[in-house]
Amino acid sequence: MSKIKGAVVIDQERCKGCNLCVVACPTDSLSLSAEVNHRGYNYCVDSQPDTCVGCTSCAIVCPDACISVYRIKTDD
Amino acid sequence: MHYCPGCSHGVVHKLIAEVIAEMGMEEQTIGVSPVGCAVFAYNYIDIDWEEAAHGRAPALATAIKRLWPERLVFSYQGDGDIGAIGTAETVHALNRGEHITMIFVNNTVYGMTGGQMAPTTLIGQKTVTCPYGREEDIQGYPLRIPELACTLDGTRYVTRQSVHSVAAIRKCKAAIKKAFMNSMEGGGSNLIEILGTCSSGWKTTPEKANQWMEENMFKFYQVGDLKDR
Repeated sequence: MSKIKGAVVIDQERCKGCNLCVVACPTDSLSLSAEVNHRGYNYCVDSQPDTCVGCTSCAIVCPDACISVYRIKTDD
Repeated sequence: MHYCPGCSHGVVHKLIAEVIAEMGMEEQTIGVSPVGCAVFAYNYIDIDWEEAAHGRAPALATAIKRLWPERLVFSYQGDGDIGAIGTAETVHALNRGEHITMIFVNNTVYGMTGGQMAPTTLIGQKTVTCPYGREEDIQGYPLRIPELACTLDGTRYVTRQSVHSVAAIRKCKAAIKKAFMNSMEGGGSNLIEILGTCSSGWKTTPEKANQWMEENMFKFYQVGDLKDR
C-alpha cells in the first residue's frame, strides 16, 4: 500500500515564530528553534521530518506564507 | 509582512490572493484598502489598489465598479473602518446593492493604534480604553454588521467566517470565492465578516488568542451564512 510522506520547507528568515503551525500540526513534526533568526524570532523548524504526512495544515495556517509542503508517494 | 506574529490579516491576504489567482483575475481586480493595520495591503497582493480615506472604502469601491463594471472590485476593511467611522458608507453601499465585495476583518479592537475599544468589542472584554471591561450601560452593545446587512434588500450574500483553524480557513476561502463570483455576476452586494485575532491588542499569544476567540467571540458572533440569494 502506498503511503504519503511530506517534506516541509520553511523560510526561516521570514518566520516570525507565532507558533500557529506548531499547534496546527497533527503529527507534532514542527517545533520552534532555540536559536533566533536575523529579526530575533524563534523560527519554526521541522524537528521530526519522518512523522510528516504532508497534510499542509501548517502551510494553510501560516500568516506569513513561509511554509511550502512537498508530498511524495512511497511504497511500503 | 509588517503584521505582528500570528496576525489573521496574513491568512486573509493569502486567501484573497489564492482566490484571485484561481479565478485568473490578477489583471482585472481592483482592491480598496482601508485605514488600519491593512493599510499596506497593496504591498502584498500584486493587483491594482486604491487607498481610501478612513471608512470610505465602500464609496470608492462603488465609484470604481461603476466606471469599470467588468472589473472585480472589493474593499478590505477592519472593524474600526467598516463599523465605526464608515458605517454610513457601508450601509448605503450595501443598500444600493453595488456589485462589490466587502471583506470585513473583525478582531474586536483597534489593532493599529494599540488595542483600543472598537464598536465590535465584546461586553466584558478588556482593552486599553476600557480596562475594567466593556459595560453595556456606559459603552453600549457590540455591533453586528452582517446581521444589519441582512435586513437590507441590496445585499446578495452575507456571511460570517473565521480563520482560527485549518477547516475554518478552507471554508473562509470558499466564501470569498463565492462572493467574488457573485460580484462579477451582479445581483447585489456581498459582505464577508472574517473573525480574526489581534494577539498584540489582546495582550496574549497567537495560540491563546485563537482559543479566546473560540470561547468568547463565537457565542456572540455566530459563524455561518446569514443571507444567500
